[in-house]
Formats: sequence, structure tokens, C-alpha cells
Amino acid sequence: MSRSGVWASAGFAALVIWSYHGTGMDLGELFGPEGLRQIGLYVVRLFPPDLSPPALRAAGVGAVETFAISFVGSVLAVGIAVPLAIATTRSLLYRGILHEGRTMGPRARAVRVGIYALAKGLLNLLRTIPEILWALLFVFMVGLGPFPGVLALGFHTGGVLGKLFGEVLDDVDPRPLEALQSTGASRLRILFYGILPQAAPQCLSYALYRWEVNIRAAAVLGFVGAGGLGQRIHVAISLFLEHQLLTLVLAIYVMVTLVDALSAYLRRRLV
Amino acid sequence: MARGTRTGAPADPFPDSASKRAFPLLLTAGFVAVLAGSLYVSEADPRKLVEGDALGNVARFVQGGFPPRLTWEFLQQLVRPTIETIQISVMGTCIAVLIGLPLGLLATSSLSWSGVLHERRSRVGRWALGFLPYAASRAVLSAFRSIPEYVWAFMFVRAVGLGPFAGALAIGVAYGGMLGKVYSEILEGVNPRPLETLHASGASRAGIVLYGLIPQALPTFISYTLYRWECAIRASAILGLVGAGGLGQQVELSMRFFLFDEVITILGVLFCLVAAVDFISGRLRASVVR
Repeated sequence: MSRSGVWASAGFAALVIWSYHGTGMDLGELFGPEGLRQIGLYVVRLFPPDLSPPALRAAGVGAVETFAISFVGSVLAVGIAVPLAIATTRSLLYRGILHEGRTMGPRARAVRVGIYALAKGLLNLLRTIPEILWALLFVFMVGLGPFPGVLALGFHTGGVLGKLFGEVLDDVDPRPLEALQSTGASRLRILFYGILPQAAPQCLSYALYRWEVNIRAAAVLGFVGAGGLGQRIHVAISLFLEHQLLTLVLAIYVMVTLVDALSAYLRRRLV
Repeated sequence: MARGTRTGAPADPFPDSASKRAFPLLLTAGFVAVLAGSLYVSEADPRKLVEGDALGNVARFVQGGFPPRLTWEFLQQLVRPTIETIQISVMGTCIAVLIGLPLGLLATSSLSWSGVLHERRSRVGRWALGFLPYAASRAVLSAFRSIPEYVWAFMFVRAVGLGPFAGALAIGVAYGGMLGKVYSEILEGVNPRPLETLHASGASRAGIVLYGLIPQALPTFISYTLYRWECAIRASAILGLVGAGGLGQQVELSMRFFLFDEVITILGVLFCLVAAVDFISGRLRASVVR
């Protein structure tokens, strides 16, 4: 092993030991008779799931709400991401083939660079704050219910998608664009027939992928009061309704599996 | 006029079937219908953003949040949760590897029941010793990763008590499910030709795995695991919202007492932490994949 490999391994081992102590991990206790008994007791208490009509109805309503939050949130995210992505694509704003042969005054160029920097910063801000913290803020702003969940998903995912869309737009193959330009196509035509057709499938695929992420997120935003299954799970846990909790967790599993399958199907058909 | 009528373009020799032509229409209709229903169910109403106290609340938040609270005592108070957040993410990722690696190996079809490794085994042996564990581990991995880490954290807080240990277990189980799936995909995607060469030269099954499969898969394994660690630091920072330690618990407290200047400070710390981990992980990944 090389010298740097030895150092890396030693550092890694130290990090793990430090974390092991810091998190209060106790494998002996966890897998000892007492720990296993505790976990076993909890699992036994969860079964069987509560399948009475009211519990099923609660799970169904929660699942539909979670689906709605994830769907509207993802659409909102695309709505936020597209303009910001365009504003962070340098090849659209001030350099590259679209701007060949045109002279841009230093002032105009400075404005465009400014737009680029502003949009980039905004995307970073949207992306860095996790959706659950956005949800916390929006619950504070518009009150309890699914709507703050929609806004939270839209803002965080908008930041993520904006970055990804921007990268896709920046990375399109320049050769078709040059071909278009040499036939005398206008800049708008180059954008519509050269850049967008190349970028659209990849962007769509990213949007579908984030929808899969969002259905999982929507299921937990309720913990801070933003509707959906999470809110009901919070109640079930707080009131020690373990059988109902298992029903709701199963509902999450079903929703997530369904959305994954749907998204995979759409991706196959569209991309 | 040689021909009677002009029909424009020649007839399409491969006309699309009716269902294929209808697909975009159906898709659009379905999208609009689902969107309308979802807008209704989610009570989405942009007017809520401007009516009532909404804007006043934003103003209160911003006013209360700036300037952020940067007193020495408060920063000292944040040191422990920050360290805890890092430790939860590291331990969680380790547990995830311990869960994901064995299950991922079992869930790899080319390892457990099909392909070059199993050419010399009987059909019954393949099915009983290979396919059953394969299917079972796939099901377990799918259940682990479909349930979000917050729900796991909630349940582990109940099972092992409040604190960072529950957070590490939650991340470990949820990410174990994801790692296992991705590991198996990586293993199934390796180039089969080196394996066949080894097989043809008479290598044992263990030999094929050790010298053919693992060296091909390892860099991608490490790179993806590091990526998951980046995700884990974000997750561990907010698992505290359900009582599983770390910075999230602090956010909850400050938010509950409307101390927005503290919330902004914690968000700043979180931002730096995530940026630092992204940087370190990016450097490590670059050096592994190179």
C-alpha cells in the first residue's frame, strides 16, 4: 500500500472510532439480550397493521394528499428552475455561438454577467436549505396544511433542478448549433431547433427523478405540519398508536413504489 | 397532367399505430387532470401568500433573523450539535455499508444465480441456493429504502431512545437500502469479458469474484458511497427535528421560541458544513476514480 493509502486508512479509522463514541453507539447493548428484546418488543407491538375502515381511510386520504403535494411541488419546481437555469447558462447569456459576430457593449455584458451571478446565488440558496426547513418557514408564513409542503418542495427542488438544467443547457453538443448557424438560422431558431431538442430529454429525465425524491420528502414534511402522511404518522407516534403507524408506513411504501414505477414507465416512453 | 391529384408527401410506409399516435394526447390530458386534482387536494392557492398575515410573518422572520446571532456563548452551544451531526453522518454511512454490501452482493443476479459463475451448478442448486436469497434480499432492500429516513428515525427514537444513536441507525438502514441496490447494479454492469477469461483459464468462483469482479467495481463503489455520505450529512443535520440529535434539534428549539436570529446562524453553520463535506468528498472521489 502506498504511503498516502496508509495515511488515508488511518484517518478513516480514527474518524469512525471518533464517530462511534460520539453517537453513543453500543453494538454490545444493541445486539445484547436487552437491546434485542427492546427492538423485538417494539416490532411485535407494530403488528398487525390496523386495517379497520377508519384507519384505511386515513391512510388513503394521507396518501392522496402526499401524492398531490409531491406532484404540484415538482411542477412548481420546474416552473422555478427553467427561468433560473436559463439565467445561469452562460452560453445563452453572453458567450458562445449565439453571440458570435455581435459586439456587446461592456455595459450590456456587465448586466448579463450580473444576471448570471444573481441567479446562480439564488439557486445555491434555494438548494442549500433542506425541504423540511423550507416547510418550517412556510408553515410559519401561510399556516398548517399541505400548501406549505408544496411550496417547500417547489423551492428546494427548484434549486436542485435549476442547477441540473443549467448544466444540461451548457453541455449541449455545439456541432448541430454550428451547422444551423452556417445555414443562416437566426439566434432564436438555433435555440429552438438546436439547443432545446438536445436538452429536453435529459431535463425531463431529471424532473422525473426528482419527482421520485419528492414523493419520499412529501411523506415526511407533515412532521412539521405540512400535511400528507407525515402529519398522520406524527400523530400516530405521539399517541402510541403502533398498529395505525404500521398501516401508514405501508401506505408510504405503496405510494413510493407506485411513483417509482410510473416515473420509470414515463421515462421509457418519453426519453 | 400526368397524374390526377397531387397528394403532397408520399404515404408513410410505416404509419404509427393509433395507440402510439394517441399517446401524447392522452399524456397531456392525464397530466392536466392529475395536476388539477392535485392543486385541489393540496389547497395550493397563491393568494394565501399575500393575504392575511403571510407577508407580515415574512417581515417578522427577516427582521428577527437579521443580524444573525453570533455571540460567543451561542456559537459555543452549536459546537456540540455540529460535531454530533458529522458523527451521525459518518456512523450512518458505515452502518449503511455494513447493511448494503452483503445484501447488495446477494441481490446481484450475476453473483447469486445466473451467468458465468454458475455454469457448472445444477438447476435446483441454482434456484434454492441462489434465486431465493436473491429475491429475499431485493425485497428487504426495497423496503429499507422506500421508507424515508425520518420515519426510520422516528421509529428508532422509540426503540432505542432519543439521541444521535437513533439518527445513525435511521440513516444506516435507509441508505443501506439505497447502497445495496446501487452496488448490485454496479456489479451487474461490469464488463463480463475478464470474468469469462478467468473462467476459461480455470479460475475458481472465489477467484473470479476477487480478481475479476471486485477490481472493476471498487472505484465506483467508493465513489457512490462518498456521494451518499454527502447526502447523509444533510439528512443528519435535520433528523434532529424528530429528536435524533444534531443541528436539527437546535433548529427546532430556536424555531419554537421564535428566535430567528439563531435559526439564521444555524443555517449558516449548516451551509458551511455541507459545503466543506462536498469539497472533501469531491476531492476524495476525484482521487479514487482517477
